[in-house]
Amino acid sequence: MRTRVLLGDEAVAQGAIDAGLSGAYSYPGTPSTEIVEYIQRSDAGRDGRIHCRWSTNEKTALEAALGMSYAGRRAMASMKHVGLNVAADPFINSAIVGANGGLVVVAADDPSMHSSQNEQDSRFYADFALVPCIEPSDQQEAYAAPGVAFELSERFHVPVLIRLTTRLAHSRAVVTLGETRGANDLSIPTDRKQYVILPAHARGSYQRLVERQPQLAAASEESPFNRYTDGPDKSLGILACGIAHNYVLEAYDGMPPHPALKVSQYPAPADLIERLLADCDQVLVVEEGFPFLEARLRGFPRVDRAIRGRLDGSLPRTGELSPGIVARALGLPGRQTLPASRLPAPRPPALCPGCPHADTYRALNEAMATHPMGRVFSDIGCYTLGAFPPYEAIDTCVEMGASITMAKGAADAGLRPAVAVIGDSTFTHSGMTGLLDCVSEASPVTIVLLDNLTVAMTGGQDSQATSRLESICAGLGVAPEHIRVIEPLPKAHEKNAAILADELAYDGPSVVIARRECVQTARRHATKREAA
Amino acid sequence: MKRDVILAGVGGQGLLTIAAAIAGAAHALGLHLKQSEVHGMAQRGGVVRSHVRLSDRPIHSDLIPEGAADLLLAAEPMEALRYLPYLAPDGMVVANRVPMKNIDPYPDEDEIAAALRALAHRLVFDAVSLAREAGSIRSANIVLLGAGAPFLGIPVDALRAAVDRLFERKGPAIVETNRRAFDLGLAQAERPAD
Repeated sequence: MRTRVLLGDEAVAQGAIDAGLSGAYSYPGTPSTEIVEYIQRSDAGRDGRIHCRWSTNEKTALEAALGMSYAGRRAMASMKHVGLNVAADPFINSAIVGANGGLVVVAADDPSMHSSQNEQDSRFYADFALVPCIEPSDQQEAYAAPGVAFELSERFHVPVLIRLTTRLAHSRAVVTLGETRGANDLSIPTDRKQYVILPAHARGSYQRLVERQPQLAAASEESPFNRYTDGPDKSLGILACGIAHNYVLEAYDGMPPHPALKVSQYPAPADLIERLLADCDQVLVVEEGFPFLEARLRGFPRVDRAIRGRLDGSLPRTGELSPGIVARALGLPGRQTLPASRLPAPRPPALCPGCPHADTYRALNEAMATHPMGRVFSDIGCYTLGAFPPYEAIDTCVEMGASITMAKGAADAGLRPAVAVIGDSTFTHSGMTGLLDCVSEASPVTIVLLDNLTVAMTGGQDSQATSRLESICAGLGVAPEHIRVIEPLPKAHEKNAAILADELAYDGPSVVIARRECVQTARRHATKREAA
Repeated sequence: MKRDVILAGVGGQGLLTIAAAIAGAAHALGLHLKQSEVHGMAQRGGVVRSHVRLSDRPIHSDLIPEGAADLLLAAEPMEALRYLPYLAPDGMVVANRVPMKNIDPYPDEDEIAAALRALAHRLVFDAVSLAREAGSIRSANIVLLGAGAPFLGIPVDALRAAVDRLFERKGPAIVETNRRAFDLGLAQAERPAD
């Protein structure tokens, strides 16, 4: 019996490898990054049997996975939850065209927003797209999930979503590995209309997807991921989804006295849920994320005392669950604890010592000092930490790419100077199209491209932008004399501030590329060179 | 056998390396384990925590319930105090006393030392000096692991072997340094209490 200690993310990756994966497509994003990193380190990833290079963004990743599925092979696109917003178009429409080779999408949600801007629950996406969703409760199920998902995908010709949450993605346990399966052969669809969803075709495809729903529901009723455990005390029933089920087991040392339904495959198993409702006086719904099933169980009238969960205050409406929160909702006494100390101060994350972004922000702050009405629109990356003291250099951070387009909109409104600050990889992810908008309208926007030659925030993955930024900006139509390159170093401070001030004064789109390698990857590269 | 351990410190202190060593030792012994950690944004000099659970029976929750931890292993004194509510009333605290002052103001050091001294079961010591003695201050995390080893409920030799395996590919000199670091920490734990 082969066993390994794996993160939830790594278990998904190993499960996909063992299930005959041919292509892993992804853009790095916490807490999903380790899925593809694991595949890249695997034998099949290194020798090219599995495609596993990073994609430019989640949309290109999912589309490439869709193309591989078209060609008959098993493909997986993985991303953080907000990445699925970027990839929503191919995701929803892949459900209409269907899958040829198995198509699996992994979304890693981040309740409590450990490293994210929101805590959206990806189960809604699966529901919206009318496709199955698997929500593993532990690392062993995370390992099994891709194999089951690929089979569902090929059997019912639909993409399948695997939903992870931070706690499972980033927690290790011993996983027992199973049988392995080879890759699918190349096979193209026999129906040439299948992937051409012109309205005339799409209506039929959509109808077939709707007609398949009862079969998907039946698969959920029979799924080993969904499990009804009877219990003697029927004053309460417990419906727990995914990892929340573990907290219920923890509260009762593995033996709940109440009937308990674990749900880890959707569409929700209606028969099992109805059995729980019929058997018990009340049902507590425990879900990591939004009250997705709870809201359905409540329905109308809105005040239904038989259903408890996040909506009636039995559990907090927001944030990650914990064993303590779930035990309290079950009415169990808490353990005796030591009082919290008042001494610990917050220790917010900060830019690393020597970080190039720090030098860029110092220069930018100086250039902006004479423009009290100017604003700096920033983006997603390490440099978002420039919002904190001592820099306090940025005014916005919303979603990938929004810096350039928000700066443009503000400039359209008359705000001057409107500055965008965006990292190299965020720029190729979602900034290039916004820059084209600026160029098309000759918008007075100064774009500071923070080029640290890597995707730093997620641990230093290769950036698609490396050695391409000047040619991309020129190709999109930025005037060559307004593509400036600075080296963010303390000794170049005066010069850099002057260049930034020059471009702030220019009444058109300009780009200042602040280029110096991330100190973390530079250290790693130096170590590697020493070893060589 | 069951041990719930909270690892606490600051990004860059090598907490996750210790977590990997404990997990590796537990796996080699055939135990069940869960080890939850923080990645991403929280690592940039912010707080790092890991929940490590070892047992000879299946473990359900990836997170340790408050009031249940048998051991709190802290690479930094203020970070040790942050997680006291996780500790069982008879739980042990093993902490490095050298502060990591990357925030301003950092709380009063005497007050932190006094709060740690007030704990019933504790070992608070200078892991950085011992790491220097071992050959590299970067091995302070392994010193800490050595000091915590007698309280982890698994044979010390299994931990030592797991540390060796972690550093194997970095060459014999680094393996040797970390072995010394582990043993200096262990000796600290076996010394009579202050």
